[in-house]
Amino acid sequence: MGKAYKYGDNVDTDVIIPARYLNIADQKELASHAMEDIDKDFARTVKKGDIVVAGRNFGSGSSREHAPLVLKVSGVKAVIAPTFARIFYRNAFNIGLPILESAEAAERIDAGDEVDVNFRTGKIVNKTKGETYKAEPFPEFMTELIRKGGLVGYVKNT
Amino acid sequence: MAKNSKKPPMTMTQKILAAHAGLPYVRAGQFIEADLDVVLANDITGPPAIREFAKMGRPRVFDREKVVLVPDHFTPNKDIKAAEQAKEMREFARAQKIVNYFEVGEMGIEHALLPEKGLVTAGDVVIGADSHTCTYGALGAFATGIGSTDMAAGMATGRAWFKVPPAIRFELSGRPSGWVSGKDVILHIIGKIGVDGALYRSMEFTGDGVANLSMDDRFTMANMAIEAGAKNGIFPVDGRTREYIKAHRAKTMKKRARSFTADAGAEYERTVNIDLAKIRPTVSFPHLPDNTRTIEKAGRVKIDQAVIGSCTNGRLEDMAVAAKIFKGRRVADGVRCIILPGTQQVYLDCVKLGYAEIFVKAGAVLSTPTCGPCLGGHMGVLAAGERAVSTTNRNFVGRMGHVDSEVYLASPAVAAASAVTGRLTDPAKL
Repeated sequence: MGKAYKYGDNVDTDVIIPARYLNIADQKELASHAMEDIDKDFARTVKKGDIVVAGRNFGSGSSREHAPLVLKVSGVKAVIAPTFARIFYRNAFNIGLPILESAEAAERIDAGDEVDVNFRTGKIVNKTKGETYKAEPFPEFMTELIRKGGLVGYVKNT
Repeated sequence: MAKNSKKPPMTMTQKILAAHAGLPYVRAGQFIEADLDVVLANDITGPPAIREFAKMGRPRVFDREKVVLVPDHFTPNKDIKAAEQAKEMREFARAQKIVNYFEVGEMGIEHALLPEKGLVTAGDVVIGADSHTCTYGALGAFATGIGSTDMAAGMATGRAWFKVPPAIRFELSGRPSGWVSGKDVILHIIGKIGVDGALYRSMEFTGDGVANLSMDDRFTMANMAIEAGAKNGIFPVDGRTREYIKAHRAKTMKKRARSFTADAGAEYERTVNIDLAKIRPTVSFPHLPDNTRTIEKAGRVKIDQAVIGSCTNGRLEDMAVAAKIFKGRRVADGVRCIILPGTQQVYLDCVKLGYAEIFVKAGAVLSTPTCGPCLGGHMGVLAAGERAVSTTNRNFVGRMGHVDSEVYLASPAVAAASAVTGRLTDPAKL
């Protein structure tokens, strides 16, 4: 279970990790700048198991894989949004950052709510509000990709 | 199977994907694996891809001619860390004997460089670890941006997985007037459908109006398909495309262009009609590309910097338009104007055609090709409170520098005219 961080529509990869830091190879150092242009406190306060909840088209813009990576390295357990930008969606699966599509959860969950997610069932539980939401199930292909350990595992075993 | 058992009609994108997946038919939503003609990365996305590639247990890349590496983002190296990244990619290119690695001096902005060098052609399937890889749709190729791990898998196997996209058809008619260019058309379209208006979808440009768009206009339009959330943007192959491909064919790429055309009756989620004659010079206000206004409605917006270049607008026609405006004029006091030809060839053409002299005499900076300022990397980063008019592709919060700076996206004509007056300006009113 984790605390929810809440953001609006069209959170782009330039705010998830600004390009000025893309010359940093160390993942922990990179993650210390996650979200800083829209939330200065995020990197300092985020804890392992916390959840990012946002509006539609999360992760739009650049193809930089550094964006899902800094969220994963920060300890974010899952990102919940009604829709994701397509490159971010691919990248999240490829590197193993769980994402869930649920318009209802994205609307109902407020910043600070205690939230738990079950990836197998797609069930999202909001402990603070005593509500349960259902995420869109992953396509079979994506489930297979996760089972094989992401894209690296998929290529190794093909 | 009987000859008259016809397969369902497909869009242009579906036909290219089906051919590369070895399937007679693909439908929207289907997961496929397709053969790749080009696998591309730059100095930002290349190094993480190289590290993932090392984990995949394949000693060599699938094809040393089809893997293309272009150090264009933080080059010429902006600092020590950037230099280390560029070095990592250079050493990998050497070790793998990559044919199409372009060192500083030969390097250009990747999406201007690859078509110019003839490394991409009609009917190709291209993945690039750069979101603006969709640019090559202008040549009638399926091209899409992916991340570094996908790039690594592409280098290892020569294949990638795709979910076949549904499509939106953009039926273009008429002819652009005055200073209106492909940039205005695509900003207008993004303003109309929104930054997620084509999410996961293919944008297929078609109609009589296509013939009235130059190849450079088409590159600019396909380039910004991603700014509407699209998987790819694609143009039909016509006489202009064939002429371009003939003039830009790499010796190393032993292959022929293949023209695919959408089947009659192919399924489109919707059709958007665009009369090119009605489009006005268009500007995207901060902080999203869909926040568009025509130049008449821009109001009085003072600018500190003008940037002309990038993978969106760094081609020769863009330079020609800027030169036409700057000829006999000066950049306004208090404005910095930075012009970045997209490739060394474009730079050389600027010298030969006299544009370089016009730019320098006008008080503009003429830079070596680099992505630098577009993503707030180097060569023109903005301070707090500063405003830039830019021919680049994104005006997100902090995109070109300080989080409190602002970017106004526009065509080369509007950017050049604005540099002359110091505020957003209709080039027709100069």
